[in-house]
Amino acid sequence: MGEAIVITSGKGGVGKTTTSANLGTALAMFGKKVCLIDTDIGLRNLDVVMGLENRIVYDLVDVVEGRCKTHQALIKDKRFECLYLLPAAQTSDKTAVSPEQMKSLIDELKQEYDYILIDCPAGIEQGYKNAVAGADKAIVVTTPEVSSVRDADRIIGLLEKEDIEPPKLVINRIRSHMMEAGDSLDVDDITSTLAIDLLGIVQDDESVIKATNTGEPVAMNPNSKASLAYRNIARRVLGESVPLQSLETEKSIFFKVKKLFGIK
Amino acid sequence: MEQKQQYVTIKGTKDGLTLHLDDTCSYQVLIAEIEERLSTDLFENNDSPLIAVHLQIGNRYLTNEQEEEIRDLVRKKKNLVVDSINSNVVSRKLALEWLKKEEIVPVCRMIRSGQVLQVKGDLLLIGDVNPGGTVIADGNIFIMGALRGTAHAGFFGNKEAIIAASIMKPMQLRISDTMNRAPDNYKEYYSEEGNEMECAYVNKQDQIIVDRIQLLTHLRPSLTRLERGMM
Repeated sequence: MGEAIVITSGKGGVGKTTTSANLGTALAMFGKKVCLIDTDIGLRNLDVVMGLENRIVYDLVDVVEGRCKTHQALIKDKRFECLYLLPAAQTSDKTAVSPEQMKSLIDELKQEYDYILIDCPAGIEQGYKNAVAGADKAIVVTTPEVSSVRDADRIIGLLEKEDIEPPKLVINRIRSHMMEAGDSLDVDDITSTLAIDLLGIVQDDESVIKATNTGEPVAMNPNSKASLAYRNIARRVLGESVPLQSLETEKSIFFKVKKLFGIK
Repeated sequence: MEQKQQYVTIKGTKDGLTLHLDDTCSYQVLIAEIEERLSTDLFENNDSPLIAVHLQIGNRYLTNEQEEEIRDLVRKKKNLVVDSINSNVVSRKLALEWLKKEEIVPVCRMIRSGQVLQVKGDLLLIGDVNPGGTVIADGNIFIMGALRGTAHAGFFGNKEAIIAASIMKPMQLRISDTMNRAPDNYKEYYSEEGNEMECAYVNKQDQIIVDRIQLLTHLRPSLTRLERGMM
């Protein structure tokens, strides 16, 4: 019996879809059987980020309305045998699916997969309700911005009302030089405000944008910082204890010498 | 000859008249006797000034209608007016309402953005109020945690109410009908330093002042009395 994890944030554009895609890819790299579900009906993206857009035949709405069997709609990833995607419909809207239908679909998928990652749409309306309906756990994604922390707080409050475990936090798009200078909220500020466990921090990385545009999740890239962060998050989801990455920016030798002599 | 038992005793004091009403006789008997005792010419004198009447009704419970009836009865006498009615008993419903208004309600949770917590009486919140969250109490608000959202004490117009928090970084403070907001420095809400153990109160100029929690002993001495507003 697998577990269903919803990835949500409240605010749009903080990296729910990117996190879903990369966490799914990283979990598949560790040999887990993973199913990604895109619940953003009408504005699907996860298939594009995964580079699987051209393989879609059936979608989530087809499945819940009984136009096809569940396994017919699942798209096997081009890189991993054990990674599948259930895309959202592009033609309907959020009301095409009900929370009860989502729950029974996820219960069905849980029999077969180790992890079911549910990519939640932005907002707190029907789409959100559908996405959390069948989930056992939740990951809240935020960025070090006041508005996204505020929305994350709102979402955590709503998640507390659901019958799921306390959510875990991923802080995305961290710009370490801004945090050091005090120009953005730092990790401690965010965790003390939201008061939930931190699952991981992901630094802002241009390779993520590049990867998204080419449909190759950045978790595949062995060298990028963000890739390491997502793989660490996956290991923590699997229950390993992995220390957080250091956020320190590389300082010049001159700076280090200065520090050594106590000038700064 | 056996003397008839008196159910109404009238005593003159410097504040006016005090009527001691017996609490063992029936209501009808009592009404009849009040009528009788007050119908002497003594109280019909038009020239004398108004006399305040205090009613001591002992362990009798009067409904609102009965109270009104007795008031009317006394008012019929031109120079008498009921000033107060004192009873030893209150109804259970009223007592519970009273208790609710005065008791401290402990709540252990975080109030997150978009959430509103409202209680009757005083609120003791064990947890934080995050930006965008609101706590409201009829009485005082005590927060063991950080107040970063909005707090409204004395919701039904109690200017004596206070707000105390372990970390006082509110977006907005409201006490009764006065309000105050944080300075426009957004980043401040999220930092942990400063503003520890502080309280907010309304001063004589009708402004909300935030100060050290230790000052409360002087500012609101009745805060720590057990019965507080009960009596």
